[in-house]
Amino acid sequence: MNLQVLNRKQQDGRTRLAIADCDIHPSPKSLEVEIYPYLSRRWQSHLSTYGMIYRQGFPTGPAFPKGQPDAARRDAYPPGGGRPGSDLDFMREQHLDPNNVQLGILNPLRSGQGLQNGDLAAAYCRAVNEWQVAEWTSREPRLKASVMVNYEDAVSSVAEIDRLAGNPNFAQVLLLSRTAEPLGQRRYWPIYEAACRAGLPVAVHAFGYGGSPVTGGGWPSYYIEEMVGHASNSQSLLASMVFEGVFERFPTLRLILVEAGFAWLPALAWRMDRAWNRMRDEVPHVTRPPSELVREHVWLTTQPMEEPEHRADLLDIFDWIGRDRLLFATDYPHWDYDDPAHALPVRLGAADREQFFLGNARRLYGLD
Amino acid sequence: MAATAGAIDCDIHPSVPGIEALLPHMEPHWRDAVVQRGVHELETIAYPARAPLTARPDWRPDHGRPAADIDTIRAQALDPFGTSIAICNCLYGVQLLMSEDLAAAFATAVNRWVATELLDRDPRLRAAIVIPTQSPDLAVREIERWADDDRFVSVLMLVMDEMPLGRRFYWPIYAAAVGAGLALCIHAGSTYKHPVTSVGWPSYLAEDYTAQAAGFHAVVTSLISEGVFAKFPDLVCVLAESGVTWLPAHLWRLTKFWRGLRAEVPWVVHTPAEIGRQHLRLTLQPFDAPTAPGLFERVMEHFGSDEMLLFSTDYPHWQFDGTAVLPDGIPAELARKIMVDNPRKAYPRLSKGGQA
Repeated sequence: MNLQVLNRKQQDGRTRLAIADCDIHPSPKSLEVEIYPYLSRRWQSHLSTYGMIYRQGFPTGPAFPKGQPDAARRDAYPPGGGRPGSDLDFMREQHLDPNNVQLGILNPLRSGQGLQNGDLAAAYCRAVNEWQVAEWTSREPRLKASVMVNYEDAVSSVAEIDRLAGNPNFAQVLLLSRTAEPLGQRRYWPIYEAACRAGLPVAVHAFGYGGSPVTGGGWPSYYIEEMVGHASNSQSLLASMVFEGVFERFPTLRLILVEAGFAWLPALAWRMDRAWNRMRDEVPHVTRPPSELVREHVWLTTQPMEEPEHRADLLDIFDWIGRDRLLFATDYPHWDYDDPAHALPVRLGAADREQFFLGNARRLYGLD
Repeated sequence: MAATAGAIDCDIHPSVPGIEALLPHMEPHWRDAVVQRGVHELETIAYPARAPLTARPDWRPDHGRPAADIDTIRAQALDPFGTSIAICNCLYGVQLLMSEDLAAAFATAVNRWVATELLDRDPRLRAAIVIPTQSPDLAVREIERWADDDRFVSVLMLVMDEMPLGRRFYWPIYAAAVGAGLALCIHAGSTYKHPVTSVGWPSYLAEDYTAQAAGFHAVVTSLISEGVFAKFPDLVCVLAESGVTWLPAHLWRLTKFWRGLRAEVPWVVHTPAEIGRQHLRLTLQPFDAPTAPGLFERVMEHFGSDEMLLFSTDYPHWQFDGTAVLPDGIPAELARKIMVDNPRKAYPRLSKGGQA
């Protein structure tokens, strides 16, 4: 195989603009060593015997084989061994220090969310929460953890959010986007209520397995279709939250859509406004135009950043969304990582740049 | 004279007045089956009869279905706009049926009804061929049945079917369409064989209609990724009632991922943005954007082409009032392209005179 790994020179990050990275994926070096200590013997034994079974057919890999092993950057494997994103020192050396990351939000994937066995899912999420503190945030103050919850079961989710409310290691509640039902539906409302009570935003990261095909027209053939489809999926969950009246029922709810891109938001908001204007009597609980609700309640992480053919077109998108709503993210250590030095295809003024790369995130997470 | 005088309307929706109107156009076996089994109307949940979207108030009759006879269509859809040609996309739920044979019988009946009740009665009308997408074999047979009738200018599919429309399963349909000089019209709507969203069934029609745009995202991704346009370089795909403004951002995203993942789809040798400009066309209504000064121009800039939009009223669906069908402030030259030049290029048969 012809495989070349770029040897990127690390720069001295202290001279660079400080940034927030709102999507970093940590992994355990070994489940047995790092996660099992936080699980009961019953679940340790269950995992050893049955493994982790999601709503998809392969127990050891994704439904669509990815573009790279583990969807990871080839240069992100820690020199001491283990999976990409499993070694804090190497993450500091490769990413946090050279890119001057002042705030990094941890979004652990494959963390039990959406498992068929809901009791295991809840226990596993709780274990991952303990692990994030023990292995990451307690050792690196720049990093903040996500409250992982088994979102298909509101009862266990609320218990976990309540347990960790006020814990300064945690910055948000994290769900995956491919849920069993649209996220606006009532079964999920207690999660939003608990998040508001805890003062935490709710982040929804692309991926997961909810059981429905990736498109409304059935299963596609290719990984590229699944990846591109994450944006459409996030649009459907957002439309559900708008039209079910979630934002009016929970007026302090802050929603972050993670790794779904952002350039699609204006067209979606315009479309929802039209549908709302035409069918207001169907959704009388929605008392304001969807675009207004979105403007007030929704933030988006920027990776994978859309790249128009005419780069300046992206400035229109920024203006239509609102420049205060975009949160820079790299997706480290994944293959489609957005490098903060190169990812933004347009020039912004100094104040806009600071806001885009850091200020918006600090304000949203209450760290100002 | 209407600002739209001479326009080619690429998306109007005559209604089958009722299932009994189709019976004379069915073979005896199927006519008997429909009557004896009490087969219901095939109107779909995409357009509930009394929902505001389904028919504009002034286009809604006191009794029966909107746009269900030639006089009504003339008086409401053709004359007020000065339309020179209008293409009928009949949304009767043939594609939803589970039996491919029953679907084929209904498709033939719908097409015969369209030909005799509409096309024969007004020379301005053209139509898309309704096909049983459940079976490409039977679909090709239906295309061949009408291939010599130039008044049929396209083949109609719903944006959300059992499989994404780029899948090879459907390629015989595209081969037959290209061979006969027919455009492919992919229209909003679902066969409801899957939930309309990738996260399951929604609660409201407002969500269903919003999700149609996501259906179009997926179909564009599928057609390009599967290599449909590499296999059929002459295929023109008209995306009807899609909302329009979603396309540029979607192609930016697809192009970005194509850069990283093109090894998976090596037959895609041009950027998805270029492929889109060459092969995709979009009907004008609904146009998902507010009427803010300068906004239409910005959106058009994002398309990077003034050849992709095709004039449509989406009659009798309620997308605008009066005759205010063109976006505010649209330059005259662009309006002319949208109304006449672009449709003529998209549908090769429009230049043939429309002979039965």
